[in-house]
Amino acid sequence: MFRHPNFLIGALLTGILCLAALVSLVWTPHAFDTMSIAERMQGPSAAHWLGTDQFGRDIATRLMVGARNSISVGVVAVGIGLAVGAPLGMYAAARGGWVDDLVARGADVVFAFPAIVSAILITAILGPGAVNAIIAIGIFNIPVFARVARGASLQVWGMEYARAGLAIGKTGFGVTRDHVLPNISSVLIVQATIQFAVAILAEAALAYLGLGTQPPAPSWGRMLFDAQTLMTIDPKLAILPGLAIALAVLGLNLLGDGLRDILDPRLRPERLG
Amino acid sequence: MFAFLARRLLVLLATLFVASLAIFVVLEILPGDPALLILGIEAQDDTLAALRAQMGLDRPAPVRYLTWIGGLLSGTSGISHTYSVPVFELIGERLAVTAPLAVLALLLSTAVAIPLGMFAATRRGRPGDYGVMGFSQIGMAIPNFWFAILSILVFAVALGWFPAAGFPGWEAGVGIALWALVLPAVSLALPEAAILARVTRSSVLETLGAEYVRTARAKGLDERRVLWGHVLRNALIPMTTILGLQFAFLLAGSIVVENVFALPGLGRLIFQAVSQRDLVVVRDVVLLLVAVVVVVNFLVDVAYAAIDPRARRAG
Repeated sequence: MFRHPNFLIGALLTGILCLAALVSLVWTPHAFDTMSIAERMQGPSAAHWLGTDQFGRDIATRLMVGARNSISVGVVAVGIGLAVGAPLGMYAAARGGWVDDLVARGADVVFAFPAIVSAILITAILGPGAVNAIIAIGIFNIPVFARVARGASLQVWGMEYARAGLAIGKTGFGVTRDHVLPNISSVLIVQATIQFAVAILAEAALAYLGLGTQPPAPSWGRMLFDAQTLMTIDPKLAILPGLAIALAVLGLNLLGDGLRDILDPRLRPERLG
Repeated sequence: MFAFLARRLLVLLATLFVASLAIFVVLEILPGDPALLILGIEAQDDTLAALRAQMGLDRPAPVRYLTWIGGLLSGTSGISHTYSVPVFELIGERLAVTAPLAVLALLLSTAVAIPLGMFAATRRGRPGDYGVMGFSQIGMAIPNFWFAILSILVFAVALGWFPAAGFPGWEAGVGIALWALVLPAVSLALPEAAILARVTRSSVLETLGAEYVRTARAKGLDERRVLWGHVLRNALIPMTTILGLQFAFLLAGSIVVENVFALPGLGRLIFQAVSQRDLVVVRDVVLLLVAVVVVVNFLVDVAYAAIDPRARRAG
């Protein structure tokens, strides 16, 4: 495992991200929405490790709660994609024929819509907000997982042991459960890690556009939006939240690449959106 | 080849048809009555009804769908209610900002990524390779709008080399207008360059092992001619797919970056049109973006098939 520096650095950064989010559930240096105009835009100090924002709120606290926000977005959005997309892809591969064509062409049509455009349209229907942004990103993840699961399953179905499963009387579902799923799970795990990173970037972009998490709840993307008018007075407001996003995404991408190297060196996850 | 072209063309048209239906249905369920948004919530019922009739909102959905598609096919567009100009005119104006922006970003990303990717591939497993791949990982992790904000802070505010926001228009002179697009283009290009460098590296690595590369070396060609003449040319084939996709996504990816720089481009147009429920604009712009993606994919497939007859069978 130590021969995979990607995996190590990725796991470390992802670990820090998760730890910050978990700790924020039980303890934060300050309350994330306590305003104190007298203490606005201070530099780092013992009381405020990373300083304060334009309302005197503690930035370290807001970044920690923002990590929680990013992680919940990633977990739910990837969860939606996996739960709906992966079975769809496996079903298509098992059934073949017109069902398979329908799923494959359907995914093509969805992919023709740039992700950010679909997300804007979906949040326009559902209304802006954290939950709706998550749903929008999750819906985009469905065809990603459907396509990946379908491609990998088709490969397994081409193997003799899958055919042999049918020959000894197993149903399409049985072969999928006993042979296809175990063989494609590493593909799905690697893709899930990459999509987690994509989801964090997408949520930050939506929050920046005002369509995601609404204030005063902290979101890294929204913090960047708020910083834009103030950054000439206090650059750290624009630097810190972006650094948090970049490190989280870097960690997850490296973790995904590392997992791929460890689980199956031949894999190439799709990078879209 | 003819059968292949016909089949791919059919898929292209079917995709566009399904996409246009999807756009129409999505905009149907979009909450908010455009007529009510124009007139305000205190509007009288009869004025509201009159405006709805004038906008064609009182007709049944299938009729409105066919009117829209018929209009597109005959080259006439609806009128945007927020800008009071034909949508095609509006799109043309905005494309004059977004298209050069996307092209500039694509040129930048290609110019940086291909040499970097080749450099990394020829130094596989050595520090140069790790350096380039590390840079690529960082480039993929940096959100383009954060990079945009930081570049404004450094190059516009602190150094004063570039305008911080806005677009002077092409009337101000090509140089001045292009200058205003440099920072947005660099922001857009960064993540694309990071991905392209990775693809170039793996594509070149695959080609380096090919027999004809060994032959080229064996017949005494110098390494530079081998790399640029034989390896890159063959490695370019899989890379065109990525380049094609990147151009299509750069058009859409500009939504966020155009908002950072307050550029009057297509991305900002669609974002504002959605929030103002200017649905006539939304449906045309979304369909245009989808069409670009689909047509670019089609062209890439056709180019593949022209180069490699084996690609004609799949698809």
